[in-house]
Amino acid sequence: MTRPRTLYEKIWDAHVVEQRPDGTALIFIDRHLVHEVTSPQAFAGLRATGRTVRRPDLTLAVPDHNVPTTARLDAAGNKLPIADPESAAQLAALERNAPEFGIRYIDAVAPEQGIVHVVGPEQGFSLPGTTIVCGDSHTACHGGIGALAFGIGTSEVEHVLATQTLLLQPSKTMEVRVEGEVGPGVSAKDIILHITGVIGAAGGTGHVIEYTGSAIRALSIEGRLTVSNMAIEGGARAGLIAPDETTFDYIKGRPYAPKGADWNAAIAYWKSLATDPGATYDKVVIIDAADIAPSVTWGTSPEDVVPITGVVPAPDSFADPSKQTAAAKSLAYMGLEPGTRMQDVAIENIFIGSCTNSRIEDLRAAAAVIKGRHKADNVRWAIVVPGSGLVKAQAEAEGLDRIFTDAGLEWREPGCSACLAMNPDKVPAGERCASTSNRNFVGRQGPGARTHLVSPAMAAAAAVTGKLTDVRELMA
Amino acid sequence: MTPLDKVEGRAIPFGLKNVDTDVIIPAHWLKTTTREGMGRGAFEAIRKDPENLFDSAEYKGAPILIAGDNFGCGSSREHAAWALGDLGIRVVIAPSYSDIFSGNAVKNGILPVVLPQTAIDRLMEVAATDPVFVDLEHQTVTTQFQDRFTFEIDPFRKMCLLEGLDEISLTEKSDSAIDAYEKQLDADRPWMRPAA
Ligand code: SF4
Repeated sequence: MTRPRTLYEKIWDAHVVEQRPDGTALIFIDRHLVHEVTSPQAFAGLRATGRTVRRPDLTLAVPDHNVPTTARLDAAGNKLPIADPESAAQLAALERNAPEFGIRYIDAVAPEQGIVHVVGPEQGFSLPGTTIVCGDSHTACHGGIGALAFGIGTSEVEHVLATQTLLLQPSKTMEVRVEGEVGPGVSAKDIILHITGVIGAAGGTGHVIEYTGSAIRALSIEGRLTVSNMAIEGGARAGLIAPDETTFDYIKGRPYAPKGADWNAAIAYWKSLATDPGATYDKVVIIDAADIAPSVTWGTSPEDVVPITGVVPAPDSFADPSKQTAAAKSLAYMGLEPGTRMQDVAIENIFIGSCTNSRIEDLRAAAAVIKGRHKADNVRWAIVVPGSGLVKAQAEAEGLDRIFTDAGLEWREPGCSACLAMNPDKVPAGERCASTSNRNFVGRQGPGARTHLVSPAMAAAAAVTGKLTDVRELMA
Repeated sequence: MTPLDKVEGRAIPFGLKNVDTDVIIPAHWLKTTTREGMGRGAFEAIRKDPENLFDSAEYKGAPILIAGDNFGCGSSREHAAWALGDLGIRVVIAPSYSDIFSGNAVKNGILPVVLPQTAIDRLMEVAATDPVFVDLEHQTVTTQFQDRFTFEIDPFRKMCLLEGLDEISLTEKSDSAIDAYEKQLDADRPWMRPAA
């Protein structure tokens, strides 16, 4: 009899190339996603040492962080130049490096282009039970389909390119179980914001979190990707959700997914990965789905979460003195007074997008709220940025783009956009943004920008009313 | 990577505590495509002052940097180590470092020496006028005034630095194990290869 194991332990065990006496192991990497920001120095390193990419077939490159989300082609179909010379240089480097090293490359103007964490699952390149890395901390996202996925630094990118392995220390395991049914207006984003509020931004440090329970099982793959995406905001290196029929239905038929007899073999294997009865986690957190409301952040850490019906907390309401100081600093940056009702906070910018919330279901949820309404006058800038060209095409086929543009929102080309201030989409200093992205850090959306993290439906509600709003009031 | 054993020369008596990676290399340098030339962005804000230590005739190109507690905290950017290396720094001496920074330093051939604050204070004094000697093999920092401080270092890191081994070269020693794993994977789970 083998010892009962968790999903994480099973994936780990299946990828050990070499166990070292000090407890570390050389781990095989099944999929390597590459984007333009963290890869140029890694490719330069390979070139300098005369190395090649060991497994180009397991590597997929796509530009996303720097690409502007305005039109990329002129009327004649020629590529428009990129204004920022540094962005242009990073994008050009990837365009050059991918063919030089024989790597699959999705060009910035290809129909499949998009945010790397949207593209991976969408192309069937990310599969359950695989190990996936990318030079980006939100790689945790792919845990939504049951892959062990985590972000790495540039030296590690080079290491994986050269050897298809990483030397790793096993993580501790943590179960976050969400039981019951969520109420109306409560989405996957609210679930993960709530979880982050409960466990704290460092609650999962040193752990890989497996999300379980009926509320997680009930989520679509889009929703599961949203949850796992923000595992890192709870301090965990990776998140995991056991693959099930929902996962198999999502993956079946995607371009890089197994086909024919392979498909049946794959399913049999994936089913064997579920955590065994009797397996134990190092830490367990249980959450009642009924406690989760549409949620919103008030501060500059993703753990600064309150229900939309709540108020801005007073710094001295926290027990921990260091949290008191941090909260006071956050409130000064955010320009908020303790006791203010969240629903009274006016919003000038709306961002619907990012690898957390830019898939078709997210856009449908936002459109359902916006439909037949118009953005408020005080909302200066409101953009909807689909996660990939395929999401964009699907949304357009469903007429969602028209719903947004009729309401006064802009419909953009796919990319990371205003999730991070690296491309032209930025929130001006001192202004607020209701954002469906994953980080409300100081300066994340632009120097001095004030971010409130929300779900797509909540962002849409804020666009309509011009302030943070309980979406349930617009749903009647 | 250039092996590192004995480093001697001027040490920049920088001494500040909680120097985060944003101070070492500001975020806008993340938009680069090479590791080289990053030294120009190193300590950019501090070096706006024409009187700064880094560009002074005395310390320009000095191979050693003396700093305070918690050096390299903040964002995990590896650019911080590249910037220091490009500036010519091979050794940092401080009471403590962020974990990620010290890992990145070693990966890039920079030795992070940990010494107590009292030793740092003395070295700051010496560095004002005279050179400092660092010997990795014997794990000592000495001066020409009979100061002798010993430091601890993880044996694996020490070996990597002494032999100039980067992690990739080390992993390449396991090449046959990786080959064997790949063969077995193709046999057990052929569907894992991305479909054509
Ligand atoms: S959308 Fe944001 S979090 Fe996601 S990959 Fe892009 S920059 Fe990173």
